[in-house]
Amino acid sequence: MNIFSIIEELEKVDPELNDRFSPRRAAIKNITSFGSKVAVAALPFAFATLFKRAYGQAVGDIGNVNGVLNFALKLEYLEAAFYTQGVATTNLIAAADLASITVIRDHEKAHVALLQGALGAAAVPQSGQGVNGVYDFTTSFPTVFTNYDTFLAVANALEDTGVRAYKGQAPNLIGNPVLTTALNIHSVEARHAAHIRQIRQKRGGAAATLKPWISGSASVSNDTGIGAAVDGNYGAGVSGYPAENNTTQGGVNITTLAAVSGTTSITAAIEAFDEPLDYVSVFNLVKGFGVK
Amino acid sequence: MENLTKNDELIIGDEGTLNAKMQRRSFLRYAGAGAAAMSVLAACKNNNDVTPSGNASIDVGSGDVGILNYAYALEQLEAAFYIQAVKGSGFASLSVQEQAYITDIRDHEVAHREFFKAALTAAAPTNIIPALTPDFSKVDFTTRAGILAQAKAFEDTGVSAYNGAGYLIVNPVYLVLAGKIVSVEARHAATIRDLLSYGSFSDSTVVSTSTGLETSRTPGQVLVIANAYLAAGSKISANSLPI
Repeated sequence: MNIFSIIEELEKVDPELNDRFSPRRAAIKNITSFGSKVAVAALPFAFATLFKRAYGQAVGDIGNVNGVLNFALKLEYLEAAFYTQGVATTNLIAAADLASITVIRDHEKAHVALLQGALGAAAVPQSGQGVNGVYDFTTSFPTVFTNYDTFLAVANALEDTGVRAYKGQAPNLIGNPVLTTALNIHSVEARHAAHIRQIRQKRGGAAATLKPWISGSASVSNDTGIGAAVDGNYGAGVSGYPAENNTTQGGVNITTLAAVSGTTSITAAIEAFDEPLDYVSVFNLVKGFGVK
Repeated sequence: MENLTKNDELIIGDEGTLNAKMQRRSFLRYAGAGAAAMSVLAACKNNNDVTPSGNASIDVGSGDVGILNYAYALEQLEAAFYIQAVKGSGFASLSVQEQAYITDIRDHEVAHREFFKAALTAAAPTNIIPALTPDFSKVDFTTRAGILAQAKAFEDTGVSAYNGAGYLIVNPVYLVLAGKIVSVEARHAATIRDLLSYGSFSDSTVVSTSTGLETSRTPGQVLVIANAYLAAGSKISANSLPI
């Protein structure tokens, strides 16, 4: 990473950037001393701290960049705990899927470690989540750790919601190097979601027609086959974000655009774009598990 | 560029020099010199492009329009690939499920292509890049393995391209739109990978095992890959975007 090219780029859009660093020499010294203390992987977050100090502005509805990162950390704690318990539960996960679910668990644990390292003392402790750090998955889904299909359905909902949550926070990180790190988590969650959806499709039953991408129709904002418990994951957000079956993007009605033959089907228009979700809506979806 | 890089290393590598000698004025002078050098380099590249030996003939431009054109170019390439894949002789060798996936993905990529075309026509009608002519002479459309291997390459590249360019976007509306597309590309990538090798949806070739982060690519890295599939006269440059 080239620190100075980043500062140069920022200066192009913000001529007063240098004046925001104060005292300047101390700020620049901070870059180097920070670099020696944190893992290379966490460097983008270290810069986030610096830039946050420089701009000192509230970010969206979460307060600041640390607020965004702590929100992400809470979701990663939840996912890591969910998969850790699932993988540790004997005879829950089909033998053929154990390796791939373990890969997902390890990614979520890595995301936790990355975010904790970046936030340092500002990181929300997991012991404060749920009841003494233990989440309650079974009140909402009593068979989640005894019925593999229920487990997969909840995993599906968590991954798709994670994708929506990161997407919703991207604008709050604009102009900040931490954005790239968040995007590099976001796409991994989408890969997880696609894989879980494929497992469910192969198992058939209610999920036999499930696709790796979120599909729907004019009246159905989700295709999960799960039911009301998670339908909200795909609905409209309280802050004005549209539901997953939105077909208007950037003012363009996708169904009016040319397709291979005729115009784009409503199905393709829904599937081709995932939708973001705001902090409050995401929180409302996961607070039942004990996210605080 | 080599000199500039060496200077960076010198300054970053010697903390004592940085802290002791780098007054604000010299820092600004350094930054200014760097920007000037970049301009000169960009100008050189532009000159190279108009010579007969230049590889790239279509530049995406600068700023958010440059990023949108860059994405439009990649979506054109992906859409063209899947359209040809569905028509190709190898398509019949895919399973019914696989054919459904590839057809869905084709329709998504065409929708992405047409969306960028509409958005750029509205936002920057004089700066939109033209329709590109692909060169798929190296692609094997006759076998299942050939189609899926190429699909995997395009999808992984697409995800890394969006992830690597996101921080360059200034307008939050465009950033969210790119985000809405990149996660669908990641779903495609994971799906194709699972078809080729079940369980490879996010293996260590695309996601770091230690950090759980996807590997992103700069526009320069992506265009080297993409230009290999574009015909002479349709090759893309991004001289005004960071390489």
